[in-house]
Amino acid sequence: MSAPAIQFEKVTKTYTLCQHVAGGIKTFLFHLPAAVRQLRNNKFTALDEVSFEVARGEALGVIGPNGAGKSTALALIARVLRPNAGRITVRGRVLPLLELGAGFHPELTGRENIILNGVLMGLLRREVRARLGQIIEFSELGEFIDQPVRTYSNGMLGRLGFSVVAHLDPEVLLVDEVLTVGDAAFQAKCMRRMQEFRRRGVTMVFVSHDMHAVRVICERAMWLDRGRVRMLDASQAVTASYEAALAGGQARGEVPADGQA
Amino acid sequence: MRGLQYHLDLIYELTKKELKVRYKNSALGYLWSVLNPLAMAGVFYVGLGLIIGVRVPRGEDYPFWLLLICGLFPWQWFSNSVNACTNVYIGNANLIRKVAFRREVLPLATVLNDLVHFAVSIPVIVLFLLLARHRPTLAWLYGLPLLVLAQFVMTYSLSLVTGALNLFFRDLANLVQIFLQMLFYMTPIIYSLKWSRIAAFRHWLLVNPLASLISGWQTLFLEGRFSLGMWQLAMGYSVVMLAAGMLVHRKLEGKFAEVT
Repeated sequence: MSAPAIQFEKVTKTYTLCQHVAGGIKTFLFHLPAAVRQLRNNKFTALDEVSFEVARGEALGVIGPNGAGKSTALALIARVLRPNAGRITVRGRVLPLLELGAGFHPELTGRENIILNGVLMGLLRREVRARLGQIIEFSELGEFIDQPVRTYSNGMLGRLGFSVVAHLDPEVLLVDEVLTVGDAAFQAKCMRRMQEFRRRGVTMVFVSHDMHAVRVICERAMWLDRGRVRMLDASQAVTASYEAALAGGQARGEVPADGQA
Repeated sequence: MRGLQYHLDLIYELTKKELKVRYKNSALGYLWSVLNPLAMAGVFYVGLGLIIGVRVPRGEDYPFWLLLICGLFPWQWFSNSVNACTNVYIGNANLIRKVAFRREVLPLATVLNDLVHFAVSIPVIVLFLLLARHRPTLAWLYGLPLLVLAQFVMTYSLSLVTGALNLFFRDLANLVQIFLQMLFYMTPIIYSLKWSRIAAFRHWLLVNPLASLISGWQTLFLEGRFSLGMWQLAMGYSVVMLAAGMLVHRKLEGKFAEVT
């Protein structure tokens, strides 16, 4: 048994809510001591001593209501955020699958965006160029590949983004609710590609509200609720409990609308 | 080794993107990098030279408009970069939230982009110098790259700080614009440190790092001479600013993804 690809040991992540500064610099300065004290105490705990492991080649689904800490967990794995406490170990090259066109510049063509995106995600220029043909072919964009990305439909953007990541040889792939793009045929193709990643031994963390997709792609699932692990088990069992709780109307906690979690 | 190659590639691609995107959908395109400072020079020439009657003091053998051109082109590079970099992290929020690349490459590419625009406008400065019967000198050959280096480091250092701080304190973008306005008049662009009226408080003006730099440009173009003293001062400021900028950036970069 090799070392797990991802290890979270009592990981805590809190965000400081900067209401006071946003509320006006004057208020902030005139009540400086109180403001600073409030700033320090006014924290939102996105993840609270969360521990889990993902074995190499395993796919873990992460489910839960908005604000439960799913995206925070992904950002911590991607090393975009640093934890306030606890330890995170990630072994292998981590790649995020970005949501619709997030990494693309609208004025550049599809082809130019592929190269820029590939380099941003960690490849050398020549490595991206060597894969350019495959990426373009997979995206099925045809002659649109030399048109500015702003002319693309949502489905086309999704296809381009997915095609890039699919060909970058990730060892750990982070997927944050992006499979709902494109037409049915393309979704099926993405699902197949996900399965192919699985067969190739790519470790996956899959955040989704689509319980069916979680069951199909992931062996195990983690249910996060207000920053804590509520359940971590086989994906069938976890999604079933979550759906039951949703039906019972008790899964949605109070969620601050800060857009971070 | 791969790390170095990778970051060179990344900076290259980002700079290329900036170059492609800047003048997309504008009819005059690259010409704007030349037209902008020239238009500014025209405005100041009319406003200050013709209406208020600012004259180059006796003993200096260059017209006022030439002084303006020599200072405004480098100034344009500096102020464009600082302005753009103040918003560079906010503008790339979606990438910063998801991908863990070295954040500094974004301001770096922006400053490099403006450097390219400055470089292609150097022949235009030279053209105007020739029109005013200034002879090219050998000092241009080494003075140009040395001053470009000092200006590059200075601009990048300040951009690191404004870009990072702006994420935590959004009012900064507005403050930077006012600050740049102020800085413009504190910098020898529409005057020279050598003018007798200015020379009296020359030392105070040189507290501003940009004063030594632009003064170096003026000396190089207008007198055909490389001022080692001004360059050393500018370079000294640049190195200190770079150290400070990197320190501030390092302190803040871990929280970028939380605040974008």
